[in-house]
This record gives sequence, structure tokens and C-alpha cells, in this order.
Amino acid sequence: MITLNINNHSYEVDASPDMPLLWAIRDMAGLTGTKFGCGIAQCGACTVHIDGKPVRSCSFPVAAAAGKKITTIEGLHERIGEAVQKAWIELQVPQCGYCQSGQIMSATALLKTKSNPSDADIDTAMQGNLCRCGTYQRIRSAIHHAAELIK
Amino acid sequence: MNQHITNINRRNFLRLTGITGAGLVVGLSSKANGIETVENLTSALESYEFSPFVLIEKSGQITIFNPKPEMGQGTFQSIPALIAEELEVSLDKVTIKQTGGEKKFGPGQSAGGSASVRTSYMNLRKVGASAREMLIKAASQQWNVPVEECFAENASIIHQPTGKKLSYGELAEAASKIEAPKSPKLKDPKDFKILGKSSPRPDVPLKVNGKAQFGIDASVPGMVYASIERCPVFGSKLTSYDAAAAMKVKGVIAVETCERIHGVYRSEGVAVIAENYWAAVQGRKVLIVKWDNQGNEKFNSKTYEQGLRDAAKEEGAIDHQQGDFDKAFAEAPVKLEAFYETPVVSHSPVEPMNCLASWHDGDKLEIWTSTQVPGNIVTEFSKTYGVTPENLKVNTLFNGGGFGRRLYPDYVHEAVQLTKKLGKPVKTIWTREDDTKQGPFRPMTYSAMKGALDAKGKAIAFQHKVIAPTLDMKKDYDKTKTNGTMTEGISEQKYEIEHMKNLYVHHYLHVPLAAWRAVTSTTLAFSHECFIDEMAVAAKKDPLAFRLEMLTKESDTKNVLNKLKEVSQWNKPLPAGWGRGVAQYEFFAGLGGYVIEVSKKGTGIKIEKVYAVIDLGTVVNPDTTKGQVEGAAVMALTAAIKNGITFDKGQTVQSNYHNNPLVRINEMPKVEVHILTNGGPKIKGVGEPGLPPFAPALCNAIFAATGKRIRRLPFDINKIA
Repeated sequence: MITLNINNHSYEVDASPDMPLLWAIRDMAGLTGTKFGCGIAQCGACTVHIDGKPVRSCSFPVAAAAGKKITTIEGLHERIGEAVQKAWIELQVPQCGYCQSGQIMSATALLKTKSNPSDADIDTAMQGNLCRCGTYQRIRSAIHHAAELIK
Repeated sequence: MNQHITNINRRNFLRLTGITGAGLVVGLSSKANGIETVENLTSALESYEFSPFVLIEKSGQITIFNPKPEMGQGTFQSIPALIAEELEVSLDKVTIKQTGGEKKFGPGQSAGGSASVRTSYMNLRKVGASAREMLIKAASQQWNVPVEECFAENASIIHQPTGKKLSYGELAEAASKIEAPKSPKLKDPKDFKILGKSSPRPDVPLKVNGKAQFGIDASVPGMVYASIERCPVFGSKLTSYDAAAAMKVKGVIAVETCERIHGVYRSEGVAVIAENYWAAVQGRKVLIVKWDNQGNEKFNSKTYEQGLRDAAKEEGAIDHQQGDFDKAFAEAPVKLEAFYETPVVSHSPVEPMNCLASWHDGDKLEIWTSTQVPGNIVTEFSKTYGVTPENLKVNTLFNGGGFGRRLYPDYVHEAVQLTKKLGKPVKTIWTREDDTKQGPFRPMTYSAMKGALDAKGKAIAFQHKVIAPTLDMKKDYDKTKTNGTMTEGISEQKYEIEHMKNLYVHHYLHVPLAAWRAVTSTTLAFSHECFIDEMAVAAKKDPLAFRLEMLTKESDTKNVLNKLKEVSQWNKPLPAGWGRGVAQYEFFAGLGGYVIEVSKKGTGIKIEKVYAVIDLGTVVNPDTTKGQVEGAAVMALTAAIKNGITFDKGQTVQSNYHNNPLVRINEMPKVEVHILTNGGPKIKGVGEPGLPPFAPALCNAIFAATGKRIRRLPFDINKIA
């Protein structure tokens, strides 16, 4: 049994230590907002925060997450995260929406370190998150908008 | 539609949709010669053709049934909005339920071809308007006042002179006893509150907090997970497998075969089934499977592509002919020929294919999945698996991207066979590698172009010969016939050229193929519109002026080009080292065009600005439309400049996003979208027309900036020598 702290709740999961954290979150903790896209940290759909830092949970062994503070899209109840979600709604960013949990987790992590990111900062922080619908232009605008909202 | 039901009654309908408490139900009936009339529950429920699209309960709860799956194109808003507008309710007061292929909801339960709004616009508005008129009538009877004195507003009927008010819930029962009007009066578009406005989409809040349910998120008690090994070499047959090692992996409970059914393409797979998905994947890694490749291991892209070039020498079947092309071309003073090539590409929605299926109680089947075609699943699977349509329930969840991939339920077949064999609910999830390697793919098209000009540089002869496989993968193709899907749009362009002969040459490809967003127009627009540019250059004319000279008659195409000219300030000089290109394309889904500006950056090209125009006639949601075009530009850019799919040793070379990359945020150009709505009542599609003209506008711009003519996709945008 491995104990995980996800969104300030404690979960006991019966998982092999090398199982990616993603599957523990989705199939064992039942939190399906975090998505599976590629399994090799290329698309970012599985992005969660571990101790506040963005991590690709599809490539992060569940055993390594024990004892750490894991935040998923369902637990993003803090000022910056909620500003990002608000900006995402105001600019109607999502299309199919599948990648957007990961986009929002990455954007929130960016705004935590840089409250007023430049376009170059956005390129660097968001390059790991693919969007097949092509919502990138709105993602960029929404990050700038969220930066205004948190001022 | 050869089965009929005689026992549909109110009780069955209420059970079917999980609704308790009577109320007003309004929908469409197609029993009278296919002409749709609106009927209410009490008068029409005996007819199984009745499709109940809106339900108003006594509690005031309003439910709208949406037959068009949501995959990012906005049908979760645009379709219910058609009813809500006429019904005078705002969408945030409505519960939207996706239909699941139920016979009651008729044959239109699918999303594809940019057709959802176009095919629903009048019918669903009539449903809303009928319900409104019935509610008004019910109120007028209750108050004993003329209907003319009553109007609907914000889910209530109001008596104008007195200000008396009754809510829809209070009127629902009385309204349900009133006969539905056969031709309800539709609202004047100038009074629209939702349609034509950039209204927020009700699915968006769910998509920013993790609550949106996609197919992959479905779960039921007792379900098990499957990961399926399929032949890496297309066209192989399963010889044998050894499950011993897989069965030893902790959590693995079974190994079973299943068949992937994709049109004429069939392939057997071996599924490892486990208590959790990760265990199934681990079991699959140690599974030993032997395949008989049937000689297909020799297949590769290089040889096939040479085959396409060789096939171009065939005359081909006539797709469209006018004037005398051969004579005009032979005698013309200026002649051009060029050969264009495009790649195979993948759909690669970020949500991999998946399906949860449960065979239960002997003869019942329930499916939870992301699909564009719930209606087809019910009709097709009930035949294939011997389940009555009434016993086959499909739960249509949000699609994590469709792009045409989810028009094909091959992945649903596998899950259904596995649950039937195991007697348990089974959830299959394709890995990204499965998705990338197994297809189905958009095929390439190759194009042999010919054009001729007279001495004044006027286009007088034109030929577009398409060399390609067909999407249905049939080997015994009748080569005397053209194929409308594979020549899509080439004979529909509005350019007035006197002599034209368009042709199609079939060249068989055995790998699984599929429609991709904007289908074959995505490759044919490239060859067509780049070659028009080549003709403009040969004529020593401005490419946009050259096009307009061929459009003397009024047309939507002419309007699109004029709008592009205006919004891009086409005649304004660009900085040194920059170039701009234009392209448009009209096809079954609609009409769009681009002007793209690029600049030289070292050995490469930077896309400075993208101006898009989409012609719709009528727009339902401008903001959704703009988003669709922005996204189409990105998808088209990926297809133009990223690797695409290639084959070697009979199998797909690429496996995941690292070697089948998509455009990322740092590569996203600035896209400015303009919508033309002066096309009259004919509605054109939104989801696809933004795709085809992108690549030719980009390549025409690169020619303008560098003098280099790109005739093969994909190309490396960072190396334009």
C-alpha cells in the first residue's frame, strides 16, 4: 500500500511502485480530470502539481509521489488557479477540452513563478502541453488575462 | 429501418430518458412523406418516428436532447441554442442531454462533415417555436385572453396588458394537451438573443475544472481493463499466442482475442485483461504473439509513392470536363505542368481511442464512449452482434477530439467482443503508440497539374489529375470511374476557365484509411491553389488579381477573395524579405480562404500574420466559429510542416508525439478570423473550411518571399534554401 496526499485528502493505493502516478490518480483515487494522452511526457495532458511544481504524472512513479503534496485540477482551489480557470472561461479557450486540465495546471504553475509572464515565458512554460484543437492563441491570451486578474 | 415497435408509450419513453413526472414534450416526426412536422407527446408518441427534442416538466425543469456529439466544435451550445432561441429560454436554465443513437431520435445522430448546424437549423428552431406557441396558447386559455396579447420571455408567458405571468412549468401540463402547430412562426433574426451572438458554451466551465466526462472517464462497478496487441504489419493474420507470462503479471485475469472491424479492413488482436489498466499494459509487454504477415512486410512508403508517380502516366477517369481541354492545351502559347505530392497523416486526438462496454442480462449491451456516430453504432452493432436496438444503449460522452477519427467505431467493436466473451464490463484504452501506428490515416493524394494561358495571360485551359487510393480501401476498384471523395472540390471551384478536364487515377493502398477533418480537400486545395499561383506567375499578374479576373460572375468565392483583399490590406507594400500568399477552397463542407504573410529568417521562414475569411451565410456563434478557424489553421500547419506518417517493413514508422509531432504553442502564428454572413439563407459549415486553403496560402507566401515553389508536403519551415 502506498499513501498519497491528493488535494489534501489521503488515499491508500494498492499499486506496484513503478506504476505511473497518473493511473493511481485516475483509476484508484477516481479523479478523472487528469488525462492520459501519450504516456511518455510529450503531451502534458497528465500535468499535476507535486509540491507546487508541474509534473507529467504519466512518467512519474507512484512510489516517488508518496509523502508529497499532489494537486490535480479538481483541487485547484487557490487564488492563481481560480484566476486561470476564470480567464479560460472568459476567453472560451477549450474546444474539445481534453488537454485543458493539463494546460491549466501548467499555466497556474507559470503564474506562480512569474506573475506577469512575457510571450517568451509562455512559450517556454507551455511548450510541453499539446492541443490538437489548436487553442494556443487563446491559451496565450488567457494567461495574459489571468495575470491581469491576479494583480 | 425495417424493424418496428408497436408498444412505445409514455411510460416507455419516460423510462428511456430517465425522466419522472409528466410535462410538455415537443419533437419531430417524419412519418408523412419525410416532411417533418412538430407534434407533442400525447398526439404523437404512438409513432416511433417521433423524436422528442425538448421536455418541459411541471417542476419547470427544461431538458433539450442534443443529437450531435460534442468534440470541440461547439454543438453542445449551437444545437440546443436553436431550440432555446425560439423557446425564449437561456441555455443556462436548460439541462442538455446527448442522445445515444436511440431510434426515437432519428437518423441524424452524428457529427461530421461540418453538417450539424446546417442540417438542424430550421428543424430544431421549429421545435422550439412550436413549444413556445403551445405554451402561449395554454396561457391564453387559462387567462381567457387572445393569444395575440401573450408573449414568451425567460421561460414564462406574459400577458402584455396586465403583466400576468405563468412559468413554463406551470403551463407544461396544459400545453401538452394542445395540438402542435404544423407551421409555427419562427422569430425574426433581428430579435435573436442567442443565435448570431458570441454566447458562452455550457461545456466550457466543465472543461476547466476536470468535471467534463469523456469516454475514457467512464466507469461502472466490476469493470476490468484491456490493452490490445494488434499486428504491427498491416494485413497480417494471427498465427498463435502464448499467454503464460502475461497471466503471471499481478492483476492480469485473462487473455482473449478480438477483431478490429474497420470497413473491409479486419485485424485480429490479442487482449490482455486486468484489474487495472497498468497491469494490462504490463501483461501485454510479455505477451508472445506470432503473426503471418502474408507478404505485407515488404510494403514501404518509398515504393508506394513511386507507384503513385508511375500511375500518374495513366489517362485516368474523367471527373469533370468542359470545352476541349486537349486541343486548347496543345495550341496554347503558354503552357505549364507541375506535380504535387502530399503525405499520409494521423488524426491524433489527445484522447486515445477507448471504449467501455458491458454485455449483461444475456441480451443487453451498454456502451460508454467518445464517438461522432452514436446512431451508426446502434444500427450497425445491433445487426453485427444480434442485439435489438432497444437493448443497445450508447452513452455519448464528450469526445477528446474527433477530427474524423471517431466516425469509425473499430475500437468499439473490440470492447464489445471482449465484454461478450468475459461476461464483465470491459474498458479498452489504446496506447498512444496504438493510435499512431494502427491508424486509420488520412491518405496522401498526388496531383498532376496542367494549365495554359493565352497571349494576354488569361487562363484558358486547366487540368487537375488526382492520383490516390480510395478511403474505402477496396482493391477491385473500377478504374473507369472517378471517386467524388478523392477528387473533392477540384471541379467545384468557381474560376471561369473555358477548357477543363479533371481526372482521377486509382492506386490501391491496403492500410486502414479514414476521413480526416476536411477530408481530401486538405491535400487537393494545396495542389490546386498553388498551381493557380504558378499560372498567375506565368501570366506575370498579381495572384489575387489573377484569381479575381477569373471570377467575373458574382459568387461567394469572389466575396471571400475581396474580403481577404480588404482585411489583409493586400496592396500595401510589405517590408523587404516578406511575402504574402492567398488561397481559397470551396468544397462540400463550405468555403474559406487565407492571406498569409511570411518573412525570411536565416534559412527558414517565420509566419508573421494569418488573415482568415470563412463564408457561412448565417452564423450561429461567431466566437465558436473563430475558434474553429484558429484551430483549423493550427491543424493545417501541422500537416504542412511536421513529419506525417510513413511506412517501412509493412508497418508505421512513427509511434508517438515525439516522432509524429504536432505544432506547439511557440509555433502558433497570429490568426485573425473574419466571418462573412451575407451569403443568404444557405448555411455553410464551420468546422472544416478553415483547413484546406491554409497550406497553399502559406506556400504561395513562401514563393513570394523566397522564389522557392513548394510542391511537396510536408516541408521543413526552418530550411527553405
